Amino acid sequence: MKNRKRLMENAIHGIFLVLGLITVGCVLLITVYLVISGIPAIRKIGVLKFLFGKKWASTAAQPQYGILPFILTSIYGTAGAIVLGVPVGFLTAVYLSKIAPPKVKTVIETAVSLLAGIPSVVYGLVGMMVLVPGIRTLFHIPDGASLFAAIIVLAIMILPSIIKVSLTALEAVPKEYEDASLALGATPVETYFRVSVPAAKSGIAAAVVLGVGRAIGEAMAIMMVAGNAPNMPKVFQSVRFLTTAVASEMSYAADGSIQKQALFSIALVLFLFIMLINAVLNFFLKHSKE
Amino acid sequence: MSNVMTVKDLCLWYGSAQALKDINIEIEERSITALIGPSGCGKSTFLKSLNRMNDLIAGVRITGKVCYRRHNIFDADIDVNELRRSIGMVFQKPNPFPMSIYDNIAYGPRTHGIKNKAKLDDIVEHSLRGAAIWEEVKDRLKKSALGLSGGQQQRICIARALAVEPDVLLMDEPTSALDPISTSKIEELAMELKDKYTIIIVTHNMQQAVRISDNTAFFLLGDLIEYGNTEKMFEQPKDKRTEDYITGRFG
Amino acid sequence: MQKQSISAKRKAYITVMRVLMGISVSVTCALVLFLIGYVLWKGLPNVSWELLTTKPSYLSDRIGILPDILNTVYIVLATLALVLPLGVGAAIYLTEYAKNKKLVELIEYTAETLSGIPSIIYGLVGMLFFCQFFGMKTSLLAGAFTLVIMNLPTVMRTTQESLKTVPQSYREGAFGLGAGKWRVIYTVVFPGCIEGVITGCILSVGRILGESAALLFTAGFAHALNGIFEGLGSAGATLTVALYVYAKENGEFGIAFAIAAILMILTMFINLSAALVSRYFKKRRNV
Repeated sequence: MKNRKRLMENAIHGIFLVLGLITVGCVLLITVYLVISGIPAIRKIGVLKFLFGKKWASTAAQPQYGILPFILTSIYGTAGAIVLGVPVGFLTAVYLSKIAPPKVKTVIETAVSLLAGIPSVVYGLVGMMVLVPGIRTLFHIPDGASLFAAIIVLAIMILPSIIKVSLTALEAVPKEYEDASLALGATPVETYFRVSVPAAKSGIAAAVVLGVGRAIGEAMAIMMVAGNAPNMPKVFQSVRFLTTAVASEMSYAADGSIQKQALFSIALVLFLFIMLINAVLNFFLKHSKE
Repeated sequence: MSNVMTVKDLCLWYGSAQALKDINIEIEERSITALIGPSGCGKSTFLKSLNRMNDLIAGVRITGKVCYRRHNIFDADIDVNELRRSIGMVFQKPNPFPMSIYDNIAYGPRTHGIKNKAKLDDIVEHSLRGAAIWEEVKDRLKKSALGLSGGQQQRICIARALAVEPDVLLMDEPTSALDPISTSKIEELAMELKDKYTIIIVTHNMQQAVRISDNTAFFLLGDLIEYGNTEKMFEQPKDKRTEDYITGRFG
Repeated sequence: MQKQSISAKRKAYITVMRVLMGISVSVTCALVLFLIGYVLWKGLPNVSWELLTTKPSYLSDRIGILPDILNTVYIVLATLALVLPLGVGAAIYLTEYAKNKKLVELIEYTAETLSGIPSIIYGLVGMLFFCQFFGMKTSLLAGAFTLVIMNLPTVMRTTQESLKTVPQSYREGAFGLGAGKWRVIYTVVFPGCIEGVITGCILSVGRILGESAALLFTAGFAHALNGIFEGLGSAGATLTVALYVYAKENGEFGIAFAIAAILMILTMFINLSAALVSRYFKKRRNV
C-alpha cells in the first residue's frame, strides 16, 4: 500500500517534470529545425556570398542569393523605428509615472494596452490605406510603399512595449532619490530627468532592446507597407526585410529547391539576430533587478 | 545672537487631521537645535515645513508664517527651489543617488548651473572635506556611492547637501539607521559644522540631543510644549510632560 | 536669501522637457484615437448580417466571413485545450517541485526565449514539424499546435504569478495534516491556479486572434465551411489571416476593414475582461 502510494507520487513528479521541460524541448526543437534546414543552402551558396551578396534574384535564369539587402533593411528599419518610437515612448512613460494625475494615467495606460493588443495586420491595413498613399503625395514619389512607411508602422507598433517597460522601471525608482534631489533645490522636472531616469536606466535599456526584438521580428504589417522589392535599402525605396523575405516567397517556392532552402537560411539568420537580442535583453533585465 | 528662522503660528493639516498646532519658535544662527518628542508628535513634519518639502504631499494645508532671513517662505514670490538650496536637508535613511561619489556631490552645483570642471572638482573636494570623508573616498571618487557603508553614505549625503552652499541644514534623524561608531562620527561632524551653518536636527535619542544641541524643542501631539536651552531643559524642565518624556516615562 | 529665482537657462530646460513630454503623450493618445476611429469608421458600415453568416460564393459574387469566424473559434478552442494543461503543469513544476536552481533558471530562460521568437519563425518550424514531419498537412490543427508553443510562456507566467499569491502556510497546513505531495497539489495548488488560468486564457485568445504570420504557413487560408472536427483537419483562415488575404491578395478593402473593425472590438473586449478579472481577484484577495 505504502509502496504503491510512493510509486504514484513519483509518477506524478515525473509527469510534472516532463511538463516543466517542455519549453526547453521547444527551444531545442526550433533551434535544431532551423539549423538543419538552414545550413544546406548556405553551404551550396557559400557563407560570404549568401550574407554579403548584394543581389537577390531567386527566380532569375542565373539565380543569385545574396541577402545583404534584407539584413541591412532589417537593421535600418529597426534603427529607424527605435529612433522615432523610443523618444516618444520614453517621454510618455516619464509623464505617466511622475506627472500624470491618477485618472489620466489610468486612461492612457488603458489606451496603450489597447495599442499593444491590436493585431499587426490591422496596422498593416491602416498603413497600406493611409500611410502609403500619404507618403506618395507628400514626397511626390511613384509609390509610397517604402522603407519609410515600414519604419513609421514599426515605430507605432513598438510604442506600447517601450512605454510599459520604461514605466515599470521608472515606478520602481525609490522616492528617497527624488526627495534628495528636490531638497537640493532641483525642480521636479529636473529631478525626473537627472535622477529618476538615470536610476531606471537598465530598465529603460531593456525597453529599447525589447523594442528592437519586436521590430526586427515583425512580418505581416511590414509585408503590407514596405513594397517587398529586394532592393538595397533607401528611405523611399521599396524594400524587403528578413522576415518579409521569408514570407513573400515561401508560399510558391518549390519544395527541395535551393530557393526554398535559402528561405530557411534567412530564417536562421533572423533567429540568430533574435537570440543575440534576447541575450542582451536578459542582461539588462537582470541588471535592473539588482 | 541673531535669529535665522522665525516661525509664527504655524499650523499644518493632512486632510482634516491637524498635525501641527500654532507653533512659535525662533532658531538661532550657527547653533544646533534639536527637535525631540515621541513618534508622530509632529517633529519631522515641522522640520519638513521649513524647506517646504511638505508641498509634495497631496492634501497638506498650512497656515501661519515661517520667516527665513526676513522673508516668509510661503510668500508667492519665493522660489521654492532657491529656498531649498539655502536650506539643505539630510534624510533619515542615507539616500545617495545610484551614481559615482563625484556625481553625487556635483549633482547640486551642476543643477544650479556650474559646468566648469575645475570649479566642480574644487567644490567636490571642499564638500567632502567639510563632511569629514575626503580622506576615505578621495581615491574612489568615480566608484558608485552605493558601495560605501551606511555611515559613509550618510556623510556623502551631508557633503552633497554642503555642495550647494546652504545656510541652514535640516537633519531628519540622520543617525537612526547607523551603528554607534558611525553615529558618533556624524555627531562630531555636526558640532564642527555649526561654526558655519545653522543646524536643526530631529532625533529620537535624548542623549544625542544633550550631547550636541544648544537648544531643544519638545513636541507632543502637534504642540510645541517647551523650547529653550538644552542644558536647562534637561536639568529643570518647566513642563510636567517634558519631564515625563525626558525621564523616560513615555515615548 | 536674495529673492532670486532659478536661472533662465534652467527655466528653458524645464519648459523644453515639458513641451516634449506633452508632444509625446499627445502623439500616443492621438494614435490610439485615430486607429480606433478610422478602423471603426471604415469597417463598421461594411459589417452586415449577411457578411457574418455566409460563406464566400463565386457564383453569387458574395463574400461572407462565417467560415473564418468558425475557424477562429475552432483554433482558439483547440489551442487552449492543449496549452492550458501544458502551461499549468510546467508552472506547477517550477513553483512546487523544482529544487534544482540551475534547472529552474534554464526553464525560465527558455520560456523567455520562446516569447521573444518572431511569429514568422514559429510559422516555418510549425510547417516543417507539424505539417510535414507529423503529416498534419496544412490544417487548423497544425496551426493550433504552433500556437500552443507560442502561448506556452504566457500561460506559464500567469499561472506562476497566481501561484505566488497562495500563502505558503496553506501548503504547510496541508502537509501538516499528513497529506502527500499530490494531495497538496490537488487541494491547495490547483485552486490557486484559477486566476492564472483565466488570465492566461484571455491573453492567449488575444494573441491567437491577432496572429497571422505563424498561421499563414501552418493553417493556410481556405474559406470552407466546416464543423469543428472536420475543420481542424483541413486548411482554413482565421479572421486575421482572412483580413491579410483579402487586403493584400484580393484587394477587397471593404471586407478587410470590416474584419479589422470586428478584431478591434474583440481586442477592446479582451482588454476589458483582462482588467476586470485582475480587479476581481485583487479584491477577493484583500477581503
